[in-house]
Amino acid sequence: MTDVTATAPADDHTDASGHGHGHGHEGDGFSAEEPGAHHGPSDIRLIQIAVVLAVVTGVEVLISYVDIGPLFIPGLLGLMVFKFFVVVLYFMHLKFDNPIFRNLFWMGLFLAPLVFCGALATFHFFSP
Amino acid sequence: MTDTDNDTKPDPDTEPAATGTTEVDVDPDTGAKPGEVAPGIPADPATPAANAVVEAAAEGANEALGTLDPTDDGGRPIVEAGAGAGNWVPEGAFGDHGGSTTGLSNVKMGMWLFLASECLLFGGLISTYMLYRGRHTSNLGPDQIYDIPFTSVSSFVLLMSSLTMVLAVSAAHRKDERNARLWLVITAVLGATFVGGQVYEFTSFYREGLGYTTSLFSSSFYTLTGFHGVHVTLGIVMLLSTVFMLRGGRITEGKKAESIEIVGLYWHFVDIVWIIIFTLVYLIPA
Repeated sequence: MTDVTATAPADDHTDASGHGHGHGHEGDGFSAEEPGAHHGPSDIRLIQIAVVLAVVTGVEVLISYVDIGPLFIPGLLGLMVFKFFVVVLYFMHLKFDNPIFRNLFWMGLFLAPLVFCGALATFHFFSP
Repeated sequence: MTDTDNDTKPDPDTEPAATGTTEVDVDPDTGAKPGEVAPGIPADPATPAANAVVEAAAEGANEALGTLDPTDDGGRPIVEAGAGAGNWVPEGAFGDHGGSTTGLSNVKMGMWLFLASECLLFGGLISTYMLYRGRHTSNLGPDQIYDIPFTSVSSFVLLMSSLTMVLAVSAAHRKDERNARLWLVITAVLGATFVGGQVYEFTSFYREGLGYTTSLFSSSFYTLTGFHGVHVTLGIVMLLSTVFMLRGGRITEGKKAESIEIVGLYWHFVDIVWIIIFTLVYLIPA
């Protein structure tokens, strides 16, 4: 039998904003939880992540001035992808968010390159 | 006799089914007499048969929605059997999000869908640029006009604005509205700095002779980076609007953190688009 309860989902582990174990805000914005109770990255960790991103950006610029041969383009693309996913997973909290949101975004994100690689291929963009 | 003693007043949060059936002759809040249902509150079936119908309906809904598990740990049914007594779904039963059947915020869901569609928009613009970046006059190509050090500083500024944005969201979740507003304003200032840099860059390119219709390269470049600049500008408008609405109390207490988070999602998105543009457009030579 269905569990009959008057408890709102706001009391559940997953709040209505979709955070599984994310911020712990209960879907009501400024919730009644204790200030500072934050299950995502702490502010210090966020600053550390930003420093890493800044350093990676510096490395990207450095690579563009230094001849590293055949690793040039793969290296830049690798650093770009790293920065992209760090921002998406930690700053956009997708790592801690509900799987439905994750799937929605991944769907658009991976559909886009597939569609446009196909479009570019029709223009022989990848032909030597 | 009317009893206005507060001790006998039913607590609507803890005793929803008892409304109108207590010892109070006339409910001091609603004016309902014994046996009447207070205005705005659906009648309590209060019968085993009615409760059974509600439970069966809820169980069926849970089975039908079983594939849409809105929880990370998968523990909770989506529909909570008409909130127990079977009389009405209490306020906030769906997390105060207007009866979302997934239990998730519709606004946040809408923003993620919008961002997913934006991936396709910018994917198209980036693809067009990649296709035409070699179609330029001999002296006005990417290698001749780009100012990498200047654009690198702009990129750094936008990257740091993502940090201040996420700090605003973090402060909002701590109910620290003052710092949340402060971080939002700083984010808007950093964003405006980025847009200012882009305007300066466009102006200098134009003075060097690179107009919008000069070549296919210039058209695709201005279109791509211009669209991004417009997105950043709209983000600044959203940030400042949020700050003013917070100051004016035009966002309800229960929606503040989510509102800031929604704006933050958009802002981080324009940042990740720039991460791609910076590498593909500026750093990788044609």
